[in-house]
Amino acid sequence: MAAISREEVAHLARLSRLAVTEEELDRFAGQLDVILQSVARIGDVAADDIPPTSHSVPLTNVYRDDVPVPSLTQEEALSGAPDAYEGRFRVPQILAEED
Amino acid sequence: MSDLTKMSAAQLAKAIADKEASAVEVATAHLDRIDAVDERVHAFLHVDREGALAAAAKVDAGEVSGPLAGVPIAVKDVIATKGVPTTAASKILEGWRPPYDATLVERLRVAGTVMLGKTNMDEFAMGSSTEYSAYGPTNNPWDLGRIPGGSGGGSAAALAAYEAPLAIGTDTGGSIRQPGAVTGTVGAKPTYGGTSRYGLIAFSSSLDTPGPCARNVEDAALLHSVIAGHDPRDSTSIDQPVPDVIGAARLGAGGDLSGVKLGVVKEFAGDGSEPGVLSAFHESLEALVKLGAEIVEVSCPHFQYALPAYYLIAPSEASSNLARFDGVRYGLRTGDDGSRSLEEVMSLTREAGFGPEVKRRIILGTYALSSGYYDAYYGQAQKVRTLITRDFEAAWQKADVLVSPTTPFVAFPFGSRTSDPYQMYLADLFTIPTNLYGGPAISVPCGLSEGLPVGFQVMAPTMADDRMYRVAAALESAVGTLTPPTLEASA
Repeated sequence: MAAISREEVAHLARLSRLAVTEEELDRFAGQLDVILQSVARIGDVAADDIPPTSHSVPLTNVYRDDVPVPSLTQEEALSGAPDAYEGRFRVPQILAEED
Repeated sequence: MSDLTKMSAAQLAKAIADKEASAVEVATAHLDRIDAVDERVHAFLHVDREGALAAAAKVDAGEVSGPLAGVPIAVKDVIATKGVPTTAASKILEGWRPPYDATLVERLRVAGTVMLGKTNMDEFAMGSSTEYSAYGPTNNPWDLGRIPGGSGGGSAAALAAYEAPLAIGTDTGGSIRQPGAVTGTVGAKPTYGGTSRYGLIAFSSSLDTPGPCARNVEDAALLHSVIAGHDPRDSTSIDQPVPDVIGAARLGAGGDLSGVKLGVVKEFAGDGSEPGVLSAFHESLEALVKLGAEIVEVSCPHFQYALPAYYLIAPSEASSNLARFDGVRYGLRTGDDGSRSLEEVMSLTREAGFGPEVKRRIILGTYALSSGYYDAYYGQAQKVRTLITRDFEAAWQKADVLVSPTTPFVAFPFGSRTSDPYQMYLADLFTIPTNLYGGPAISVPCGLSEGLPVGFQVMAPTMADDRMYRVAAALESAVGTLTPPTLEASA
């Protein structure tokens, strides 16, 4: 049985904000199925009582002294923007207009 | 080919300090070499001739000193360089010039290095061959029809092609060490947190580790000591003194390993490695025993699950990290014709800007993190990460370092592992456990198999980076460095 269906891949692509093509869906569904079947054996490890490791350096709440230092200027921060307007990032419409 | 391009970084630094060569002469020799061979090698995505010559002139004018003053360096294109294009080999960042420098780039400048340009890689460092670069692959100087490893194939190939004596890589699952192995060069992954990630375009934040690439172990140690150390701008940076890697490399080069216990990982002994790789590895073990080292067998029963754990953890973190490429603050924006919504433009931009392996990993990571699958995949992978760490800690009771081949196979021909992504993942079989544990590891050339380089990996405990340099330098003293083809014949 397939570990992941074409429909699931389409749903995940939408969640990931990827406008994938039909051809990509066909290809990715097959490839992701192979990958998931290969990694599924991780479930064979008895690890119920094992604590998870998210990170190799055990750290909590790293603080530094609050020393003011120069930051990017507005111009520098906007220098790579695809579209800027009056010192701000300009984005496509977020809410559809009422008609 | 100029003799200056054949010299080591240590030799170049001395020659420039002693005024036997000027920094501008050294930079020019390397830039000319790039002009002569990079059309065939394609190690570089961007060459900054003007910036390099200006930096070299400052060294010659005495305005910049430092331990590597005037030594040229190539930097992987995943690291932010102020005003110099930085793409992570992705179309989504084509033409982006960062408004700031990564911490390690600042440190390279303070040390006096001269940056030649930015090197090719698999897109966002996802791959083992550079075939996933959006700008075309890098060719291995040993055989231009074969892969140079990945993701840092450009940095490794630049060294092997004598285009640069030093390079910077990043290692998330082996992206410094595996390219080092297949190009006959040295690549070191420092302890996680030993080098700053500030200014590194994030792939998998709990694993990403910048580190040095060089043609010999001492040069790698020199570069390591320049870039390592605590950085307040990276909260995971370790606030401890940098291990004495230079001293350890020089000690090891003396060729005495008396009392050093090398742990051979039982689970890596046979399966999956090419016969030529295994025989070069075993000959190296014999050479190390002659230097006084003792071999002990260790068992790391969970290493077999490192590859599946990695291919759940790294894509999960990547799916989150790459959400920042939304066509708003930097990079590509596609389909913004005034009629489409933000979400539609975002989806079209990401579709057009990301290549196939990046899309696969984003989808895979989104899957592994979704409710209903989280416990079985991402949660379970994190528990296995704990068990792999415990395997390492148990091994340190018996051995000072662990050793293995760096990668199971020598440089493979282009196209031979791209149709089945999992076949590509196997290139990192031996390098990944270290990333999940967080310790340091180095790949050093140990011989040839069918005319192609084989790498020997030394893994060490967290913050004991010096140990791996000692053993790697000792092996280098016994087997010598490899000399890549000069590429002149086919010119």
